[in-house]
Amino acid sequence: MTQHNMQVRGIHKGFGAFQALDGVSLDVEAGELVCLLGPSGCGKTTLLRCIAGLEKQDRGSIVIGSRDVSNLPPQARDYGILFQSYALFPNLSVAQNIAYGLSGDSREVVRARVSEMLELVGLLGSEKKYPGQLSGGQQQRVALARALAPKPSLLLLDEPMSALDARVREHLCGELRQLQKNLGVTTLMVTHNQDEAMLMADRIAVMNQGHVEQYATPQQIYNQPATPFVAEFVGQGNWLPFACGQDGSARVGGLQVQLPQAKALQQGRLFCRPEAVVINPHEGIDNQFHAQMRDVTFLGNRCRMNFELTDLPGLTLQAELSPEAMPRLASQDIRVALPSSSLQVFA
Amino acid sequence: MTAQPHINLQAPAQRNHVVGKSHAGWADRLFIEGGKGLLLVLLVVAVLLPLLAMLWRGFGGDGGGLGAAYELFSSANFRWLLFNSLSVSTTVALIVVPLAYLFAYALQRTLIAGKGVWRAISLLPLMAPSMLPGIALIYLFGNQGILRGLFADNIYGFWGIVLGEVIYTFPHALMILISALSLADARLFDAASSMGASPWRAFRSITWPGSRQGVFAAFCLVFTLTITDFGVPVVVGGDYQVLALEAYKAVVGQQQFGRGALIGMVLLIPALLSFGVDMWLRRRSRDSMSGRAQVYHPQPSRLRDSVFLGIVILVCAALLLVFGMAIFSSLVKFWPYNLSLVLDHYSFSDLPGGWSAYSNSLILATCSAVFGSLLIFTGAYLMEKTRQNTLTQILRMLSFIPMAVPGLVLGLGYVFFFNLPSNPLSGLYGTLTLLVVCTIAHFLTTAQMTASTALRQLDGEFEAAALSLKMPLAKHYLRVTLPICLPALLDIIRYLFVSAMTTVSAAIFLYSPDSMLAAVAVLNMDDAGNVGGAAAMSTLILLTSAGVSVLLATVSRGLLMRSQAWRQADERNLKPLPTGGASRLAGAA
Repeated sequence: MTQHNMQVRGIHKGFGAFQALDGVSLDVEAGELVCLLGPSGCGKTTLLRCIAGLEKQDRGSIVIGSRDVSNLPPQARDYGILFQSYALFPNLSVAQNIAYGLSGDSREVVRARVSEMLELVGLLGSEKKYPGQLSGGQQQRVALARALAPKPSLLLLDEPMSALDARVREHLCGELRQLQKNLGVTTLMVTHNQDEAMLMADRIAVMNQGHVEQYATPQQIYNQPATPFVAEFVGQGNWLPFACGQDGSARVGGLQVQLPQAKALQQGRLFCRPEAVVINPHEGIDNQFHAQMRDVTFLGNRCRMNFELTDLPGLTLQAELSPEAMPRLASQDIRVALPSSSLQVFA
Repeated sequence: MTAQPHINLQAPAQRNHVVGKSHAGWADRLFIEGGKGLLLVLLVVAVLLPLLAMLWRGFGGDGGGLGAAYELFSSANFRWLLFNSLSVSTTVALIVVPLAYLFAYALQRTLIAGKGVWRAISLLPLMAPSMLPGIALIYLFGNQGILRGLFADNIYGFWGIVLGEVIYTFPHALMILISALSLADARLFDAASSMGASPWRAFRSITWPGSRQGVFAAFCLVFTLTITDFGVPVVVGGDYQVLALEAYKAVVGQQQFGRGALIGMVLLIPALLSFGVDMWLRRRSRDSMSGRAQVYHPQPSRLRDSVFLGIVILVCAALLLVFGMAIFSSLVKFWPYNLSLVLDHYSFSDLPGGWSAYSNSLILATCSAVFGSLLIFTGAYLMEKTRQNTLTQILRMLSFIPMAVPGLVLGLGYVFFFNLPSNPLSGLYGTLTLLVVCTIAHFLTTAQMTASTALRQLDGEFEAAALSLKMPLAKHYLRVTLPICLPALLDIIRYLFVSAMTTVSAAIFLYSPDSMLAAVAVLNMDDAGNVGGAAAMSTLILLTSAGVSVLLATVSRGLLMRSQAWRQADERNLKPLPTGGASRLAGAA
């Protein structure tokens, strides 16, 4: 499959007074899988529909490969799309569904292509079945085969996993990702589920209120969130308000806190992932405090502990640790460390 | 991630392989804009302009105007007609709605046997022109009727009209109430009985609030149907005159067009009022049923079921008596002196053109059903599934007008619009073509609502998926949409066919000797005293309508069986597929 990159430049789209997209730009490299991640109403689906030509952007351009498709109708844009509902045509068999986009070719070519696609998604032998006779996961694969059959330059996935139950979902995420890698088809996927995005994406664009908050690899999104929104939306975290004294040291309540690097800020918020909190730390770690344990929740492969810093009552913090670490926490009074290397500073 | 393999923004943006595909875009635009344009032309020429012509004629033109209006409305004769119309319509609605409610309740909320049979019998009046009940009443209770002792005076007059209209409007009310009572959430009934509520209390607090809007709608429909119908009054009215009959006589008999237009406008008022209030109520009570509702299955109760079975049997017996009488009288040689059964009345020898009225009606019904259903269904598809714009909004608004306009009023509008010598379309006046146009326009709203309901049940992304696969929209419509919606389409075909066979309200103003229709012939033969011939033609219409309905239902069932593989399987997994919305197809005014 020939690979195409895509450039989205300054897309604006309003619905009446509501600004759904406020100057969104996005580069997708050839063969890459990019996830648009965000809460509902953030504009991710609108962006996908603009790229698909199902909505007309007010301003901005979309280039796929070297073609400017900004003003082309959907039929001329050359993409395949997998909808949340799959939109399989119930009155057509699996083979007829897959052949739906192959109308220009000879019968032999179509038949060969359909078999090829069915083999690709592991459904050989289901040609004559109807979509209603397949399970949800199988339907998704047929819809994917149908979208890919005409060899599109771009694959669009609109919340592809949300109609499936959790157990099937994780398995299919991996399968879909593998398939996409093997074919090397440039792919843009919309999801509100961060696990799916983490599992599948080369890069994630976290969206909020019509713009892209951060566009980076999953590791960067998680470990170095660019904005408070990204930090809060992806994963769990603790927030600590701080103020800087005259001497440049930061104080959280009555506590002196070491920052990762000096910041020219009067005040701000510190962000720390629960798993970065160290319980009963050894001497070499900075930012050690006394704390009171409040409760512990057992989550199977890990435990979540709620605690308060002794000198900062009223602010409940979270730590995650392995269950083996639990028995050692005999008393209410513990020592914790929020290592400066794990702190993020936001204004 | 920073390496960018082959980006070349400077390269010419558009390439040649777009050209081949712009062809598909062009065909799509023709399909979408052409289809919408055709519908717009139909709605403007066949609905909007005739109505405006009537208003213009009523307020301006000779015989109309404010002076004439004042003169008409202040006359004692008009007030007498208005009083008669109002009392007949109110009485009919007060009888029909409770009766239809009990009948609908029996079909939807009890476990009586033979529901399909009772339902089929109750729909009989839809299959015949409104004159048929009147004719049957004359043979039953008239001066020489077999049961004439039952009525003190005779059937001609107030009670004759009321009885005839009750029979004629019963299935219309029944359809609305059946659909109002079809929605029931079992969880509410479980909650009520767990709190110790009696069945009567459960009815008052659950069933009645859920169905009273349907009761109101049924009341309005029956009232409007009755006040604008002249088929029954013309047959059994005698000296008891009503407004609808007066409008008909003013235009057809006396050529007093201004007077006809004014009365037409008066008859438009109740229809518009009830339509407006109904729309308002509908908007208010939207989504009162939650998506998680569970289907209610009535518990067995011998007392309740036997009482309701009794009611249902009584109603059906009365209907069968009336329709049996009409069929029987059409076969009697010379009522009441020679009761031998012959087919003499079916020769229609004293009808100009004889059987051609019947064949004209067949042509009209077939053309209306075929062209109408395709146009209406395709129009609904384009309105539902393509990008919404001002044109779509205009079409939506225009397509609601026919629902609020009684056939009598629409027919009057056609007289004033198409009979104008200066109208380039006046050549159509009196032709079957115009009758087809008028029939499609008259029954458009109900058919279109059925189509829209079916189309809305389809996945909203089907079209987007088809476009991404570069399938032209028209081809997608034929390959996917129509096959899935075929049951609903057949339902619309049946509705248009039967309506075209039975209606006289608009057609009475539009036929010429060459385009005489069966239902109009019934009216004319009855007027000329040939009641046997009128009964025979009514029977023919009844048998044709019923026959075609059964045929289409069989075809529909056959198609459902053939497509069972995907339909049944699909219902387990995805949204239920449209199997047709018979309940909507009642309100043929």
